Amino acid sequence: MAKQGKIRVLIAKPGLDGHDRGAKVVARALRDAGMEVIYSGIRQTPEMIVEAAVQEDVDVVGLSILSGAHLELLPLVTKGLKKKGRGDALVIAGGIIPEDDVPALQQAGVKAVFGPGAPTKDIIDFIKKESAK
Amino acid sequence: MTSKTKQEWREGCLAPVIKRSPERQDKFETTSGIELDTVYTPEDLVDFRYVRDLGYPGEYPFTRGVQPNMYRGRIWTIRQYAGFGSAEETNQRYRYLLEQGQTGLSVAFDLPTQIGYDSDYPQAKGEVGKVGVAIDSLQDIETLFQGIPLGKVSTSMTINATAPVLLAMYIALGKKQGVDPSKLEGTVQNDILKEYIARGTHIFPPRPSMRLTTDIFAYCAKNIPRWNTISISGYHIREAGSTAAQEIGFTLANGIAYAKAAIDAGLEVDSFAPRLSFFFNSHVNFFEEIAKFRAARRLWAKIMKERFGAKDSRSWMLRFHTQTAGCSLTAQQPYNNIVRTTLQGLAATLGSTQSLHTNSFDEAYAPPSEEAVTVAVRTQQILAHENDIGNVVDPLGGSYYIEYLTNELENKASEYIAKIDNLGGAVVAIEQGYQQREIQDASYSYQREVESGQRAVVGVNKFVSPYPKITGLIRVKPEVEKRQRERLAQLKKERDNSKVSQTLRCLEDVARGKDNTMPAFLECVEAYATLGEICDVLRKIFGTQREFLVF
Amino acid sequence: MTSKTKQEWRENCLAPVVKRSPERQNKFETTSDIELDTVYTSEDLTGFDYLEDSGYPGEYPFTRGVQPNMYRGRIWTMRQYAGFGSAEETNQRYRYLLQEGQSGLSVAFDLPTQIGYDSDHPLARGEVGKVGVAVNSLQDMEIIFDGISLDRISTSMTINATCAPILAMYIAVAKKQGLALDKLDGTTQNDILKEYIARGTYIFPPKPSIRLIADTAAYCSKYLPRWNYINIAGYHIREAGATATQEIGFTLADAIEYVKAIVDTGLDVDSFAPRISFIFQTHNNFFEEIAKLRALRRLWAKIMKERFGAKNPRSWMFRTHIQTGGVTLTSQQPMNNIARATVQALAAVLGGIQSLAVSCYDEGHCIPTEESVRQSLRLQQILAYESGVTDVVDPLGGSYYIEWLTDELEKRGAEYIAKIDSLGGAAAAIEQGYQQKEIQESSYRYQKEIESGQRIVVGINKFISPSPKITLLRVGPEVEINQKNKLAKLKKNRDNTKVNQTLKRLENVAQNNDNTMPAFLECVEAYATLGEMCDVLRNVFSTQREFLVV
Repeated sequence: MAKQGKIRVLIAKPGLDGHDRGAKVVARALRDAGMEVIYSGIRQTPEMIVEAAVQEDVDVVGLSILSGAHLELLPLVTKGLKKKGRGDALVIAGGIIPEDDVPALQQAGVKAVFGPGAPTKDIIDFIKKESAK
Repeated sequence: MTSKTKQEWREGCLAPVIKRSPERQDKFETTSGIELDTVYTPEDLVDFRYVRDLGYPGEYPFTRGVQPNMYRGRIWTIRQYAGFGSAEETNQRYRYLLEQGQTGLSVAFDLPTQIGYDSDYPQAKGEVGKVGVAIDSLQDIETLFQGIPLGKVSTSMTINATAPVLLAMYIALGKKQGVDPSKLEGTVQNDILKEYIARGTHIFPPRPSMRLTTDIFAYCAKNIPRWNTISISGYHIREAGSTAAQEIGFTLANGIAYAKAAIDAGLEVDSFAPRLSFFFNSHVNFFEEIAKFRAARRLWAKIMKERFGAKDSRSWMLRFHTQTAGCSLTAQQPYNNIVRTTLQGLAATLGSTQSLHTNSFDEAYAPPSEEAVTVAVRTQQILAHENDIGNVVDPLGGSYYIEYLTNELENKASEYIAKIDNLGGAVVAIEQGYQQREIQDASYSYQREVESGQRAVVGVNKFVSPYPKITGLIRVKPEVEKRQRERLAQLKKERDNSKVSQTLRCLEDVARGKDNTMPAFLECVEAYATLGEICDVLRKIFGTQREFLVF
Repeated sequence: MTSKTKQEWRENCLAPVVKRSPERQNKFETTSDIELDTVYTSEDLTGFDYLEDSGYPGEYPFTRGVQPNMYRGRIWTMRQYAGFGSAEETNQRYRYLLQEGQSGLSVAFDLPTQIGYDSDHPLARGEVGKVGVAVNSLQDMEIIFDGISLDRISTSMTINATCAPILAMYIAVAKKQGLALDKLDGTTQNDILKEYIARGTYIFPPKPSIRLIADTAAYCSKYLPRWNYINIAGYHIREAGATATQEIGFTLADAIEYVKAIVDTGLDVDSFAPRISFIFQTHNNFFEEIAKLRALRRLWAKIMKERFGAKNPRSWMFRTHIQTGGVTLTSQQPMNNIARATVQALAAVLGGIQSLAVSCYDEGHCIPTEESVRQSLRLQQILAYESGVTDVVDPLGGSYYIEWLTDELEKRGAEYIAKIDSLGGAAAAIEQGYQQKEIQESSYRYQKEIESGQRIVVGINKFISPSPKITLLRVGPEVEINQKNKLAKLKKNRDNTKVNQTLKRLENVAQNNDNTMPAFLECVEAYATLGEMCDVLRNVFSTQREFLVV
């Protein structure tokens, strides 16, 4: 998906949780790193996130989730993206996600999971590296 | 509505509340039996004068700390007491700790080493490598510090009766590494008096022991100026069951005895006093411990200045290492020990300690595992770097309660010192069993309080519950003893035995006379004489000391 | 030799040392950018007047504590936040905690419950029972408190947008247990403003939301005199990234807004103010946190006395619960969290708080296990019974540093309040995105400090080492399925005409200005579900979209 111009990122919070510090900090950091960032706000359903990703034609979808509903909700986002022909979008996740759940999420198409304490630089580097592929 | 005096408040505001619902205890006391009022106010500090009683940090009487900016300059030294099994294993642990961000080393020796027996001595059976590392000769010290440049670390050695021998080995290794003795930094505990009082690893009677102590003072003053020649220890006195006030009183009384002995040996006070250092316990009663450290600093400054007429301000400074209270750890619910250790570590840093050992949560079972010791080191790093404890010097200074408690502890400790002076000083008092008896009484009444439930120990006599099994415990294997003996036998075969005999004879001569023993020790260890051989020479000349039994 | 003034000392004693070896940092600051001097002395407190600024504990301005003897009388309430999965599992956890020596309960609800959706709502998918217990109807509440007599414990419920119906359920359980309402002891969070600022579980716009709060205030003042009907929260504001001074300023500004709103409904301030309570956080910076709690007490007392003219001393008292900083926990090296929590809990206790929850070492991974929550409880018990810190009231009072820092935090907190006043109060400022923007700035800067290494987080950007694996607690998908089945069965078996009747009446009451609490109680007792009640209100009040500020 190597493209010209700025990388476009959607940062979204699936589910009902309202703890948005991490999502907003990451959004700011990606913007400061030269990406174009769209922040969805809280309480997004998987369908709404897919819709926004398609409409905004983003390269990357970053999902922040702390409530423990990740195994249920994140695969719905990746499935939805595939259905809409956007299976190429890079999907990454962050939040309270136990290590044991990471393989299942990766199998569902989530490319990387960044837990508490992950430096924003790692996220930026990962996105840049994947986008250059 | 608003009270003007404490008395008015007590009657108008406090009394009705207590009448309505009684308090948890009839009275509240510290471990030293200081009865505590409900609240402290400026009225409790009427005679208090800032410059006289507190002063500024880095200035006499040093209540607020010995450096003007304390941890703003440098965080305390994180120094975990470590050592077990063979010199190889211990060396690995040291390298691990240095990698984890530890800033100084602290050597634990096994009991045969502490009492001057080689690993092949019959009574050493079963003890080799158990509570610390086994050292028989310079060879073991070489292995112990393999790959660790002595010019770059500071090393503390918990060694007393055999301190001059181990120090000589350390110097010899430094020479082999090409490090000039004047560059060596560290501490030998070298505090024999508290061994008679509390810890028990003495060999000789008090008087020849004191001579060895002062020999180290004199030798280091001349040759290793940055070495702390003694670490006068309250830690073990406290572990043996003393109160906080006894811990300061007995320890400073020992300090006085050493200073006197050194002066009697012809040393000038300011030539050795700046290198005296101390070692205290940080126990469970949070504020009493903080106040204790502050009181000890003020009291020692006064003693050195007024009693001994020291002129160098460095002679007035009480610098100390702290270890959190081993005796407060419980085998039950071991993670509770992380909580205890954190509180005790915090108290030590709020008391402006120079270096700190935090106990590991599994120490009630075994020598600490790597995982447990990592948590202990991390605890200190959290205090230093996340909790920002070190950003302001003596942050509690001025607190009515802390200042009151500091005064009280200083008073009580001074009374113990006066009592010991009366008996003729620390050595005589020990010979009469005074300190031992006092500690036994305190320890017994503490135990009774725990057993009656008056003093709570969480997980032991209150809030008892099943707890998870700790895994990964360190066990010292019997092979260690076997290997150590084999190595010793080989050493004895391969070294130049006539040179060994010669140096040992020379040591015998010096010990019989009045000269400083340190150079003779150095010659012995460099010839690879063993610790046991060296101590046998001294046992013959000095005799051995039986326990001062007090019951 | 001995300096007489700080200036003299600075020049003669400090300067040469700093010149010889530079300090670790060029300057030392708290998290609120308060620059710190090397040492504090009596000179830093020249204007300090003991009676006026400190006073005695139990007396205005309560800097030293709200009770004269504090923990000598009674230890703070140990109240671990708990709840997950089904009502049955949660009930078991509560019984376990009470048996282990906990002294109060604290209910965590799942997100659908917090936002007024039943477990079978499409938006509830994947969320049922995850961050707390799922409550659809009175039936679930009955199970949660099965075998726990409500007059013997105090219960705190972290519930905001749906506070009124949930409180009604609690009251209904008490009635079923045959208890008089004036025996009920506890707290409902009921703080909607911080939901808009930081936490996100709001439903309706601010105005009708505040009306619901005023309704609970009026109802409780009359029928539940021992109930803390509001628990104004700085916790989540701090958790969202605010500094300590923002936490003080924004939270008390919210409180001012509530007091105003309730006074506007015609209640006398002293009739409801004594039951206002707070929840704050203790974060890492040990002394700033202690000073924060002392500053909060003094500032609130002044606000209530001077601004609102309250006459009853109990109206002046700032009483607070503390939860240690969830945001400070790391998933790396989880046992380090015990050390963090110990220091933070100690700060809370030295700050003179009323109740305490200690975050658990595994919360960087999952909902706490029995083992980790017991560890948090033991931590509190060690502080309470071993450490001796409970023996003297406000032990740090008089410390030059602490008193200076208390003043500084109070001053800076008051400046934020003045700023919010000038924007038209907390609700108006939220609508303008003021607090949200301020918090975002702070949290972004904090993150940058960590990433640049200027701020050290042990195990994260320094002292990294492998973490041992720990056992995690998981809420399985069967919880959601069971909960849906239970709900379907309830809807079939209850008296549905009666449900409709009571919901109709709720609609009428909501449309006019009567107190909604009695109507909620009727609905609840007819086993109307939370979702059904909230749907009625969504119709009447409409819903609030996020105040987006990026």
